[in-house]
Amino acid sequence: MAENKLSNEEVLEGLAKIVEEVAGVSADEVTAEKSFVDDLDIDSLSMVEIAVQAEDQFGVKIPDDELANLKTVGDAVNYVSSNAA
Amino acid sequence: MSGLLDGKRLLITGVITDGSIAFHAAKIAQEQGATVVLTGFGRLSLVERIAKRLPVPAPVIELDVTKQEHLDGLADKVREHVDGLDGVLHSIGYANPETCLGAPFVDAPWGDVGPALHVSTYSYASLAKSVLPLLGAGSSIIGMDFDARVAWPSYNWMGVAKAGLESVNRYLARDLGPHGIRVNLVNAGPLKTMAAKSIPGFGELEGGWNDRAPLGWDATDPTPVAKSICALFSDWLPATTGSVIMVDGGVHGTGQ
Repeated sequence: MAENKLSNEEVLEGLAKIVEEVAGVSADEVTAEKSFVDDLDIDSLSMVEIAVQAEDQFGVKIPDDELANLKTVGDAVNYVSSNAA
Repeated sequence: MSGLLDGKRLLITGVITDGSIAFHAAKIAQEQGATVVLTGFGRLSLVERIAKRLPVPAPVIELDVTKQEHLDGLADKVREHVDGLDGVLHSIGYANPETCLGAPFVDAPWGDVGPALHVSTYSYASLAKSVLPLLGAGSSIIGMDFDARVAWPSYNWMGVAKAGLESVNRYLARDLGPHGIRVNLVNAGPLKTMAAKSIPGFGELEGGWNDRAPLGWDATDPTPVAKSICALFSDWLPATTGSVIMVDGGVHGTGQ
C-alpha cells in the first residue's frame, strides 16, 4: 500500500537515530551527503550494527555486498526506502 | 520431532552477524533439538540483536577471552540458563589485520603477534578449562581451524595461530579424553564472513577454491560447515578426538 511507504525524510530521521545510538555521532550530523567512513568515521563493525538495526526497524534486508556499496547516508536512505517492505 | 541434537545443551561463541559460522551452527543445532547459549564479544548489543534472529532467541553472555574474570565467571553465568553443557564451540580468533595479515610476514611485531596467539590459540584451552565443570562424559568441544600444515597467501600469523590451535586440540584431547570429553577441530574452507572480510587478500585465498575442490565449494554458504559442527556435537562420532575434520570440499587432498 502506497501510503505505508516510508518517505526519504522518515528513513533519514530513523537512520540518524540509529547512527547516533550505535556510533555516538550526533543525529544532526547524519545528513544525506555525508560518507559513513570518511565524514562520520564509522568503522566496519559499526556499519554492520547500523545495518542490522535498520533491517529490524525498516523491515528491509541489506545483504553484505549491498552494504559495501552504501557509501553515503543518502545511499543508505535510498536503498532502504526503495527496498522496505 | 526427533533431532540429531535433542536434549543437548550447547555453548556457542563467535556469533557477530547472521553470516557468522557460529550463527549457522547455532541455527542448525536448534533445528536439531539443541538448547543454545551464546557468548558475545565487544558489541553485545549487536550480538543480542543477531541472537533474536535464531529460530529460538538465545541468551548472550559477555565473554572476552583475554579477561580472566570473564573466564572465571563463565560457568556460573552459563548455569543461569542451562544446568550443564554437552558441547562448546570455540569460534574465536583475532590478529591485527595491518601487521599480522597480508603485511610482510617477518615485519609483524610481537606486540601484535602475542595478542593474536592469546585470542586465537591459548583461548581454546582457557575456554575449555572455564567450562569444564559443566561438561560430562560424551561432551564435545569443537574449535575452528584453517589448514595450518602449509603457508597460505596473506594468512600469515593467523596461520601460525591455527598451527598452535591444532596442537592445543591434541593436548586437550589427551587430557580430557579420560573424562569422556571429545575435542576436535573443524577445518573449514574459506567463507565470506565478517572475519574473512578483515583478511586482506582473502580473495587470493578463496579464489580458485571452487575449481580445486572435488566437491566444489561455495564461499557464501556456511551450511556445510555448520552441519559438520553439529555432527561433532552429536553422539555419532563417539570415538573421534584430537582430530581435524576437513570440511573444505576436498581441497586438502588435491595437489594443486
